[in-house]
Amino acid sequence: MIKTDILIIGAGPTGLFAVFEAGLLKLKCHLIDSLPMPGGQCAEIYPKKPIYDIPSHPEILAGDLVKNLEQQIAPFQPGYTLGESAVSIEKTKDDQFIVTTDKGTQHQAPVVAIAGGLGTFEPRKPPLERLDFFENKGINYIIKDPEIYRDKRIVIAGGGDSALDWTIFLEKIASSVTLIHRRNEFRGALDSVEKVQQLKNEAKIQLITPAEVIALEGETTLSSLSIKREENTHQLECDYFIPLFGLTPKLGPIAKWGLEIEKNAIKVDNTLDYQTNIPGIYAIGDVNTYPGKLKLILCGFHEATLMCQSAFKRIFPDKRNVLKYTTVSGVSGFDGSSKQAAKSTIKTIE
Amino acid sequence: MPQEITIHLTDREGVHHELIAPTDMQMNLMEICKAYELPVEGTCGGMAMCASCQCYVESDHVLPERSDDEEAMLSEAFFVKDNSRLGCQIQMNDSIDGLKVSLAPSE
Repeated sequence: MIKTDILIIGAGPTGLFAVFEAGLLKLKCHLIDSLPMPGGQCAEIYPKKPIYDIPSHPEILAGDLVKNLEQQIAPFQPGYTLGESAVSIEKTKDDQFIVTTDKGTQHQAPVVAIAGGLGTFEPRKPPLERLDFFENKGINYIIKDPEIYRDKRIVIAGGGDSALDWTIFLEKIASSVTLIHRRNEFRGALDSVEKVQQLKNEAKIQLITPAEVIALEGETTLSSLSIKREENTHQLECDYFIPLFGLTPKLGPIAKWGLEIEKNAIKVDNTLDYQTNIPGIYAIGDVNTYPGKLKLILCGFHEATLMCQSAFKRIFPDKRNVLKYTTVSGVSGFDGSSKQAAKSTIKTIE
Repeated sequence: MPQEITIHLTDREGVHHELIAPTDMQMNLMEICKAYELPVEGTCGGMAMCASCQCYVESDHVLPERSDDEEAMLSEAFFVKDNSRLGCQIQMNDSIDGLKVSLAPSE
């Protein structure tokens, strides 16, 4: 059981910044995120896009914003459970929450802050008949263990980096790799595109474009695909079909935690501290809603700050505390590091 | 003179909506839909990086050509037709007054 002061669900910019504000109050944080890396949407959807409305950053790439936040919170040694989604929550008799992930990892904290953005990132699934049936029976959306593809016939669909990267990777171990995309152009890193071109030229992979998979066949497991290229349809036998069309966020299991939901977002008390209808559970950033809500990173930072102050009072109801300024108090990390404004030099001029 | 145009939109239930859109606010169709609280997610915020605002253009207005980003996204979107566009890439201006569109199914 992982124990912490504030358990943050979602490691996007808002969740990450909450670690800093909590750290100033000597509260420890642990973050859970379904993605394998911190950053949320900024990391998954638009790491290379510039953001222009972060105060004091005239321009910053989303990926750099995440990197800076990670650096800023490092002294507070946040724990991470990455690549796992929070699925259930229960309350103990002594007012603690236990949050369990889809992989069974358990976390305990007196305060839970949901900073889940638009939700858990899930693979975008092509609208094909019997798709659900073949899931894990020949269709995988995420490559967890590449070894299962050794000496198998693989078909990958998609036109982005993950389709290109996995084509390149699996070519080395699979008996055959076919890449299918609806157009001839690929949106990916140039060297990946060139590498795939080279593999195609050397006949190490099969590239079918512009084409798409329109049907799935097989009795108990997937055995072949129908592929439509221009006006012609043909069948292609395969052992695995891996559609790689990116990820899309879904609110998911959190929607069933008894929290008040409005328009796919969690209702909070914005006049006070962004607490939900369940005391001790807060919602901050894009995942929450209240009158006048704006889904902006800068608003998420503000909400995270107020949430931490309220969490402190909840955890230490009798401890007196006042807001401190980092210019005065500096930053004392849990790692023993300490940052402080330089003292001015006073010297007599004779 | 009011800087407004009308967009005729059919939602996923087949209900017709007449949307009055300002042309001086740098808004796109996805944003107009959100302003009218229609069920358009606009997950990526308008970067042509998700397809949650996909729509079908049903009038013969001449729209600016698809950008590379839009083309790439549509090539990975589902339920795509020849007249598919991403709402976030359709800017509100006088030339599209009276545009008829319908929302593509949500994924």
